[in-house]
Amino acid sequence: MVFLGGQVLPGNVGRAILGPFADERAVDALNHSLGVDRPLLVQYGTWIWNFLHGDMGTSYIFRAPVAPFVIDALGNSMKLALVAFVLVVPIGILGGVIAALNLNRPLDRVISLGGLSVTVLPEFVTGIILILIFGVWLRWLPIAASWPKGAGFFTQLYYLILPSLPLFLVLFGYIARMARSGMIEALDSDYTRTAVLKGLPWRTVIWRHVLRNALLPTITVIATQTGYLIGGLVVIETLFRYQGIGSLIFTAARGKDFPMLEAGILTIGIVYAVATLIADFLYSVLNPRIRLGAEQ
Amino acid sequence: MSATDTPANLPAPDATSRRGPWGEVLHSLLRSGTFLTGLGIVLFWVICALFGEHFVPYDPLADDIINALAPPSAEHWFGTDQIGRDVFSRVIVGSRDILTVAPLATLLATVAGTALGLLIGYFRGIVDDIVSRVLEAFMAIPVVIIALLAIVALGTSKITVIVVIGLSFAPIIARTVRSAVLAERELDYVAAAKLRHEGALHTMFVEILPNVIPPILVETTVRLGYAIFAVATLSFMGFGIQPPSPDWGLSISSNYGMIGGGFWWTVLFDALAIASLVIGVNLVADGVHGAFND
Repeated sequence: MVFLGGQVLPGNVGRAILGPFADERAVDALNHSLGVDRPLLVQYGTWIWNFLHGDMGTSYIFRAPVAPFVIDALGNSMKLALVAFVLVVPIGILGGVIAALNLNRPLDRVISLGGLSVTVLPEFVTGIILILIFGVWLRWLPIAASWPKGAGFFTQLYYLILPSLPLFLVLFGYIARMARSGMIEALDSDYTRTAVLKGLPWRTVIWRHVLRNALLPTITVIATQTGYLIGGLVVIETLFRYQGIGSLIFTAARGKDFPMLEAGILTIGIVYAVATLIADFLYSVLNPRIRLGAEQ
Repeated sequence: MSATDTPANLPAPDATSRRGPWGEVLHSLLRSGTFLTGLGIVLFWVICALFGEHFVPYDPLADDIINALAPPSAEHWFGTDQIGRDVFSRVIVGSRDILTVAPLATLLATVAGTALGLLIGYFRGIVDDIVSRVLEAFMAIPVVIIALLAIVALGTSKITVIVVIGLSFAPIIARTVRSAVLAERELDYVAAAKLRHEGALHTMFVEILPNVIPPILVETTVRLGYAIFAVATLSFMGFGIQPPSPDWGLSISSNYGMIGGGFWWTVLFDALAIASLVIGVNLVADGVHGAFND
């Protein structure tokens, strides 16, 4: 169907990661003369076996098990990604819908061009400009995403707004563009015409007939953006000195802390696979034409 | 008129036009405000990259500790950084590395992607199935992560950055070329070539390739925008372009730590430079896309 089977299988992502991985193991073995006597596959097998049992290995730098670091970091990243997602999904869709309803009018141009411009900018560029505006000149928001220990939900949220904005901007353009083209197509369709000719109020037509069909492709796009989001997290977490999975991988790569690096990357691989699965599931729930199980 | 002279994706020249298909495209490009604006911005930076060092007021690498962190003034238009280097000169000359690395990476991606796309599109079948799955798996990993791994494995250098970005973008171009080839291979001129007993390579590169140039050109300009995005991001992360290059991403990464102290001029101009270049390239891409699809 729309999603190719292979893309959904976690095995595929795992295999993709295995490539670069095997290299690291080789480098690792040379550098630390650890487990050189064992074939790569055996090492990899043991490692994955231990990973599945919750043992992610021991960090070379911290001389401590990797797992707590990874779990902490993943939690932090999830918070950041969640804030960005909660902001961007409704606003992006709304932007696209408004643009489509005002097709080729100035409002549409502003949203489309603005969305396109902010989407193509690297996160750290928009990040720096936003920090300067809101953190340094206006002093509205804190410039580092490290809240005081034991801070409550709203304090954490307050610290997360600025870091989530660059992610928001990158995703906004994509989501708005998809929502806009989905809307244009749906508005142009026969069923919309029929609904209007039936004498349904415009509002009902939009809500019941157009939106539902228009948003299907948007969901697909949102899911594929998970990959971008993870890449973006590496940059944003570095910029804002935020202890997330991105900065964990970054630090591990710089310090050649392989167990940490591998655990971090496998974790995001899993997150990616899960996100893709959820998107597939949502898609089939929203689209009555595709039912799970009918795909075989 | 042979088939290779009239790329199928271009509008056929009508009676009123004697410009030919490429002339038509050029004509609509030159009338596109988006394209010309983008081209203007890109050319500005290309000139800065080529000749910048001859007209900047200061040596971009010369430090001047006494005047460190001076705010913008008549003497230093954009102020000075933490060791007193002139930010204006650095921003102008800083376009050089990114404008070398990003186009080379794009070129690599285009060449590799086109060859691969032609192959899998032309042969289809098992080759296509396997290669396409591998490409999809590859595309699922963010470039930053691939780069991190490659740099750990291979070490930091401009070459690594070019190869990493080139190979990460190649699958995307391959996919575009593949779908264009799938449409072309059913056309009569391909059948004719087969009847003439032309070899597969000849058919692919001599017959089909010229006809899929338009989508390749569009995809390449789009990719160039992303390549600049990626190169800038990687130098910001400290991979790739290394000090003392006045590269924009690198300058931001070495100065943003002091942003809380209010030294905004050390990062703002570099950020705006990246922003303008990326937007410029994307405007060009948008213009090219429009010219081929009208």
